[in-house]
This record gives sequence, structure tokens and C-alpha cells, in this order.
Amino acid sequence: MAYLPQLGLPAYASASERAWRLFFFAFCGLVLLFLISPILIVLPISFNPTPFLSFPKDDWSLRWYEDFFFNDRWTTAVKNSVIIAFFSTILATSLGTLAALGLSRPNFPARAAVMAVLISPMIVPVVITAAALFFFYANPLMVTSQPLLILNNTYAGVILAHTLLATPFVVITVTATLTGFDQSLTRAGASLGGSPALVFRRVILPLIAPGVISGALFAFVTSWDEVICVLFIGSSDQRTLPRQMFSGIREMISPTITAAAAVLIALAVVMLVTVELLRRRTERLRGIRT
Amino acid sequence: MSLAEAAFIQAVDGVPLKIKLARAERKRKLKAVGLVLPLFLFVVITFLSPLLVMTLKSVENEETFGRLDRTREALASWSGQDLPDEAAFAALAADLKIAGEQRLAGEIAKRINYEFPGAQSKFKTITRKVAAMETGPYRETFLSTDAAWGNPKLWRVIQGASGKYTAYYWLSAVDLRQGASGIEQVPANQAVFLDVYGRTFWIAGLVTGLTLVLGFPVAYLLATQPASRANVLMIFVMLPFWTSLLVRTTAWFVLLRNEGPLNDLAQLLIGSRFDMIFTRFATILAMTHIQLPFTLLPIYSVMKTIPPSHVRAARSLGAGPFLAFWRVYFPQTVPGIAAGCLLTFILSLGYYITPALVGGPRDQMVSNYVSYYMNNIINFGQASALGATLLIITLVLYWAYNRLVGIDKMKLG
Repeated sequence: MAYLPQLGLPAYASASERAWRLFFFAFCGLVLLFLISPILIVLPISFNPTPFLSFPKDDWSLRWYEDFFFNDRWTTAVKNSVIIAFFSTILATSLGTLAALGLSRPNFPARAAVMAVLISPMIVPVVITAAALFFFYANPLMVTSQPLLILNNTYAGVILAHTLLATPFVVITVTATLTGFDQSLTRAGASLGGSPALVFRRVILPLIAPGVISGALFAFVTSWDEVICVLFIGSSDQRTLPRQMFSGIREMISPTITAAAAVLIALAVVMLVTVELLRRRTERLRGIRT
Repeated sequence: MSLAEAAFIQAVDGVPLKIKLARAERKRKLKAVGLVLPLFLFVVITFLSPLLVMTLKSVENEETFGRLDRTREALASWSGQDLPDEAAFAALAADLKIAGEQRLAGEIAKRINYEFPGAQSKFKTITRKVAAMETGPYRETFLSTDAAWGNPKLWRVIQGASGKYTAYYWLSAVDLRQGASGIEQVPANQAVFLDVYGRTFWIAGLVTGLTLVLGFPVAYLLATQPASRANVLMIFVMLPFWTSLLVRTTAWFVLLRNEGPLNDLAQLLIGSRFDMIFTRFATILAMTHIQLPFTLLPIYSVMKTIPPSHVRAARSLGAGPFLAFWRVYFPQTVPGIAAGCLLTFILSLGYYITPALVGGPRDQMVSNYVSYYMNNIINFGQASALGATLLIITLVLYWAYNRLVGIDKMKLG
């Protein structure tokens, strides 16, 4: 009797079922390969010593990494990205976490409608948001026809725009953490004499912290990746890393973009691992409670 | 104790307990609202109101309103078909004289040029000429400078642009225009936008379909494998999800170039190269890659909740493997499919970066045209009208998503 692979099927599975299952595994393998390969293929190309975007043939070089880490054009872009992402992460995380705490209170009035408004910056195409913000930032106070304040071409403008785009992610992540939150813990804290601030710091915050940190990471990545708002409302002074990569592809194809891509992929791996660890921590905390 | 009795129970300070309870409840509600208020105001002031301002911009004559008042008055009694009288020419000359002194003539000329191509240079010449003139006759001067000033169509455009509001940008956004006798279609060689909308929907639909076909089996695999193996396979989905959109587009740009690795491989295997970069194929391939996790993850999280015993029960009742899957398992995954596909479709409609970097001129979507009118041509009215139509389409779909799926169900990672 010929050997038949088990393929996770019960013993009674027919031959056609087995063939179908084999096809299914092959299909899934190809899709997973499709997902991961473009990201992996960029990595060796970034080590090519010649200025061509192809696989290195004979020797490898860190030439493009040197350009990325020491050329002013790229280091300024990284610095800008860090500044803008830092401030918009802090703003978005604070605003988003407070809102999520309010929304998860029982009997919040018109919850669905309010939630729809808060999430909308994530849904509206970013080009439209950027265009609208460009008009708004030309005269944000709107009290006089001659603008008292102009936010276009400023760090503040880009930071506010990124905060706006990032808050939905914080609201969604923290709300998700709070749906499983046992409200009786808050009452227990209060009945034991804790002030609302103390209860928040000692009871609520440690429990929702993983959600808040995940939300902050999402906010950071949103700002860190964002290019359209920077294109529309920033000037060359606010040139961020994605903006630099965008023009690196559009205007002058420099292989340094592959080194930049490789560094960003490494960052994505760190983010992925952090979020996964946080998710496990949340599960563990919930496990203790039940 | 009944509720009526409870109403008479009093707290220490003599206030009925029922009122005290209601007060405490209201206080809690106010506190919850107070927590949400900062973000809510932030979104309303710096997002919803700018969107409203943008939508208003698409129906306003920002460049010309208030700067052609004399002309508008002089044209009030004009029939619209024949040559306007000397008074109208004199009024336009007066308006242009003032505009020229305030350096606003260029803006007026640009605005008229949208609707009457070629008007910009005629305005420039005539503004210079009238600046040197003290008295008329203006009509003869205008007509001798350029015969176009005798064209009633140019005067109709000037008349239309002198008011506060205009339908021009919205009509233009759907390939229509104001003709001599009512609204008409623009000539076929100028009609672009309906084609752009059609293309945007087609690309978004195709990408949604492809992500479903590719994502559904993988979601099923991830949901049915033992946790240890599923977690490893999940990395393949989550790493692209966390990688910058620009990095993924860069990767496709590098891969699909004529001298890129894919073409090197094709050269090696079949001895010829293909034009892949700057094509519809490249746009759809890269967009499918980027959107795949967005479709896959909602389906996966729904599949995780389907007990495997359902299919086993169906099998034990005599259903074949296909029938058991199709009649028992698949219907339970439909909410996940709706959530994932709708989200991908909505997000795909707004794509800008990917078509701009790996697509060709015929693959640019609505967002790319908004950007083109904003940053290249600097025609804010047209950019706003295109943006507003896309905004309305997106909001309708968002409302549908909210009704069908509910935003509460939206999950990340």
C-alpha cells in the first residue's frame, strides 16, 4: 500500500479530499510567499556595491547604509521624522486614551455616533484630509481675513495633522482592551478608600497599559510612515524619512532607498515583536482575573 | 419594596433617594462625556470643519468674486447671445484697472482661463492696455486687441465667474459644462473625470476581489492549524502589516523594474523581459500586497470563533467535505468577509502613493488627480470638487460599514 500523507485529515478522508488538501496547502504557501518575499528581497539588494537596484554579484558593501546614516539629507529626514512622530504620538495617545476611557463607561450617550466621528480620520482618504488641512492651516483661527497664524510649512502643522490621523488607532486599541475590563475592580478600589486618581493610577492603568502602549505604537507608526500630509502642508524644512524616500523614487533613483527600506523593515520587526509580547501580557492578566 | 416606595425613601440630608440616584448617574455621565470631549472637539475643529471649508471652496469663485462687480452690474441686462455694449466693456476695463493695481489681475485671468482656454494671455494683454487708457472707447480697443473679446461665450464665462457661487467645478468633476443652452457634456477629448472615477472603482474592486481570493484560504489555514504553528505563519501576515507602506511600494518598485530581479529571472528562464513597472498590473499587484492583511485579519478573527464541531457534525450526518464546508462553515464566515472586503474597498478608493510610484499615467486614481490639481496646476476649486465627490462616496461606504459591521468590531493586529 502506497504511503498517504496524513495532512491533518482524519483516516477516512478520500483520495480526492487529500489531493484537494495538498492543493490548499500549496496555494496558502504561495500566498504567504507573496506576502513576505518583496520585503525580504529588498534586503540583499541594499548591500549591492554598484549603483544599480539588483542583487549583488561578487561582493557586498555597506556603501548605501553609510550614505543613509551619514549623509545630511537622510539624517535630517530621520531627525525630522523622530521629532514629529514623538510629539504626535504623545498627543494622540493622551487624547485617544482619555476618549476610550469615556466611551467605555456604561450608558455613554450616542456612543455609536461619537465613535463614528472619532474614527473618521482613519477612513477619509489622506489626500482629501491633507487638502482640507492645507486650506485650514492657511488661516486656522479664522477670525480675521489676514491670518494671525499660519500652520502650513511648520512642525506644529505636521504634528497636528499626524495626531489627527493617529488618534483613531489609539481609540480602537484602547477600547478593545477596555471591553474585557471588569468595572467592579474600579468600585472595589473606591470602596477601599482610593481616590479616583489613585484608583486610575494603581488599578486601571496597569491593566490597560498593554492596550495603551499598543495604541501608542500604532500612533507612532502612523506618523512615522505618513507622507501625503508632509507633501501637502510641510515644506522642505519638515522633510521626513518617508518624504525623502518618496522623492528618492520619484526624482532621483538612489540605491540608498533600499538601505532606508531595510532599516525600516528592522524597525517593523521590533514593533511586531513588542505588540505580540504586549498582547500575551494582556491575555495573561485577563487569565489571572477569571 | 416597590419603586413607588423607593421614591419616598430619603437620604440623610432629606433628599429623596430617587433624585439622589439620578443626580449621581448624571454626574457619572458628565464625567464620561468630559473625557471624550477633548478629542471630539479636536476632530470637529481640525478635521470636520476643514472638510466643510474644502467642500464650500468647490462652489465658490474665490479668485474673482468681488473683483468684477462693475462688470457684473453692467452685464445684468445683457441677453447673453450678442456682443455686450460699450458700458460692459468700460466696466470690465475699470475692474481690470483696479485689479491690475492690486496685482490680482493674474488670478482673475487664471480663473477665466479654466472655462475659456486661452483667456489668460488675452487678459494679460488687455490689462496692460487699459492701465494706460484714460477714456474710451473701450469696445473698439478690446476688439482690435483680440477678436476673442467679441465672442459671447467669453462674456458668459466672465459673467458666471463674477458671482459668489459657481457650479463649474462640480459640473467639470462629472465631465459636464454650462453651454449656451443649458448643461451639456464636455467634448470627448476633454472628458477625463468619469473615466478616472470608473478606473478608481475598478481598481479598488479588483484589489478587493483579489485580496479575498488570496486571503480567505490563508485565514482558514491560520484559524485551523494548532496555535504553535499558526503563530509562526502569522508572522508572514503581520510583518508586511507593520512594514511601512512606502517600504512595500519601494520593494515592488525595485522588483518590477525593467532591470529588476523579476525581469532578470524572466530573462534567465524564457529569454525575454516584460514591461511591468508603471503599468496597471504593477499598481494592482502592489495594492493587493498592501491590502491583503486588512482583508485577511477580520476573516481570520471570525473564523477563530467558529467551533470545529459544526463541520464534524455535518460530516457525521452524511455531508461530503465540500457540502459541509459550503453549507455549514462558509455562511458563518460571511460577517468577516463583509468586514474585511468593505474595509479594503474603502481604503483602496483613496490610494495615492502606490499608483503615483508604480503606476503609469493611465492608472492614476481620484486622489492622484486631487493632488495634481492642488500641487501642480494650483486649481484649488477643481481639487476641492474632486475631493468632495470622493469624500461623499467614502462617507456613504463608511456609513454602510457602520451599519453592517459596526466600528466597535474593528480590530487591529
